[in-house]
Amino acid sequence: MDFVIIIASGLCLFIGSFLCVVGGIGILRFPDFYTRMHAVGVTETLGAGLILIGLMIISSDLLVFAKLVMVLLLTLLIGPTTSHVLAKAAFVNGLAPKLNSNSHEKNDIEQLSNEENDSSNS
Amino acid sequence: MLIAATFAILVAMVLALIRGIAGPTFYDRVLAVNMFGTKTVLMISLLGFVMGRPEFLDIAIVYALINFISVIAVLRYSDSNQFKHNSADDKSRGKGA
Amino acid sequence: MLLGIYGLLSAIFFVAMDAVDVAFTEAAVGAGISSLLMLVAITMTGRNENTTRHKPISALFIVIITGGLLLYGTFDMPYFGAVEASINSHVVPRYINDSMQEIGIPNIVTSVLASYRAFDTFGEVVVIFTAGIGVLALLSVGRRPKDDDKIASINDSMSEQYLVVRIVTKMLIPFIMLFALYVQFHGDFGPGGGFQAGVIFAAAIILYAMLFGLSTANKVINQTFIELMAALGVLLYGCVGIVSLLNGGNFFDFNVLSNDPIAGQHLGIILIELGVGCTVASVMILIFFNFAGRKELQNNNSNKNEESC
Repeated sequence: MDFVIIIASGLCLFIGSFLCVVGGIGILRFPDFYTRMHAVGVTETLGAGLILIGLMIISSDLLVFAKLVMVLLLTLLIGPTTSHVLAKAAFVNGLAPKLNSNSHEKNDIEQLSNEENDSSNS
Repeated sequence: MLIAATFAILVAMVLALIRGIAGPTFYDRVLAVNMFGTKTVLMISLLGFVMGRPEFLDIAIVYALINFISVIAVLRYSDSNQFKHNSADDKSRGKGA
Repeated sequence: MLLGIYGLLSAIFFVAMDAVDVAFTEAAVGAGISSLLMLVAITMTGRNENTTRHKPISALFIVIITGGLLLYGTFDMPYFGAVEASINSHVVPRYINDSMQEIGIPNIVTSVLASYRAFDTFGEVVVIFTAGIGVLALLSVGRRPKDDDKIASINDSMSEQYLVVRIVTKMLIPFIMLFALYVQFHGDFGPGGGFQAGVIFAAAIILYAMLFGLSTANKVINQTFIELMAALGVLLYGCVGIVSLLNGGNFFDFNVLSNDPIAGQHLGIILIELGVGCTVASVMILIFFNFAGRKELQNNNSNKNEESC
């Protein structure tokens, strides 16, 4: 039984830290701000969640377990909110995503950002 | 296993720091600092387990909240004109070409 | 931005050195509040400073001489952590051995800060209070009521951008305040105490003020009330000292505060930490409200100039 606990915790920790490192590589190699935010937002929240679950399995007493549950809930709540806020602020302030030379999407993006600027100025 | 996980998170923090220093736009740097903050929370929890002192989890909770508040503050106060990303030259280049 | 990273690296360094309370305070204050206040100050003043016309050579000279003298003075100090240093052979064993019997709380940092060296902590609280008074004296903004409606309408028009964050913040703020209270009263047994709790409480109020606008925050928490709380914190701290004088002991001697010396110590420490927490929270909130209120006034004046011309 003890052995199963250690194996489960080790597996969670391994997958979690692997995801975090992948997110770190992603933030260096992706070409544009919005793609980098995809890399960070997704892998960070999931990796943090798995690492905290791995720690919860091997925690020694109830108080430590409760505090880890709180950190997990906070991370799950705060991570996606921060990604949303960053993306919205970047878009409203005019940072345009780097697209291929595809005219439909470019016109849509310009129309959307013009509407945003008009509604935030008036 | 815990020590290996600590090293992996350290590697991720260094990668985020590189992007934070070299990011071309302002928002890249904000993203890198946010990622650094979340990895710090994980690092503090892991170090607490490695060193056998579970009181560090209080610091992890505080740090997660402070990270959130800092990012919101940066984005709220960067609305002024000095930080506005100038896409006017992108548009003129796109239309001219 | 990089200030935040520096604060975090220091916090990790302290954690690695096994100094939990210091890491706590560094995470809360260094990485949080000071980068926040620096950011508001930069948006008020602009990113580049005006170049001065004369180079201050003589000031540089004086600074180099003084720094050199100070460095020369440190050569005489004992090595960090040496066994025969006087601090390690007299002061530290006394605290570590006797703290549990004399005061009876497990956290030695709190017992040193609040009971053995209560007078130094009094000085720190008065310094924080003075900083608050300084900011009030220099930057105080008298609010004119007819501007409030205009500011409120500006804030309402921004609500679409911040809708998701506002909902998440409404869920988080009670939790943050409860956590601040937990840190305040748990300072005897784990890391924590008055300073950290005050900073966390102030961070919750500042988050609310940033996202919902200063006029809404002023309706929730009156500025006069906050100034009163700041003064009350220092007064509470000082009164504990005076009560112990009236009961026959020294200034800040908690043994005489009740029949049993250990209970007296506990009572004294709780009251002192409460005073510290009140003052720190109120002063941080005051500083932020004054900085941000000044900035809004600047924005309103520049908008009025644009409309008129």
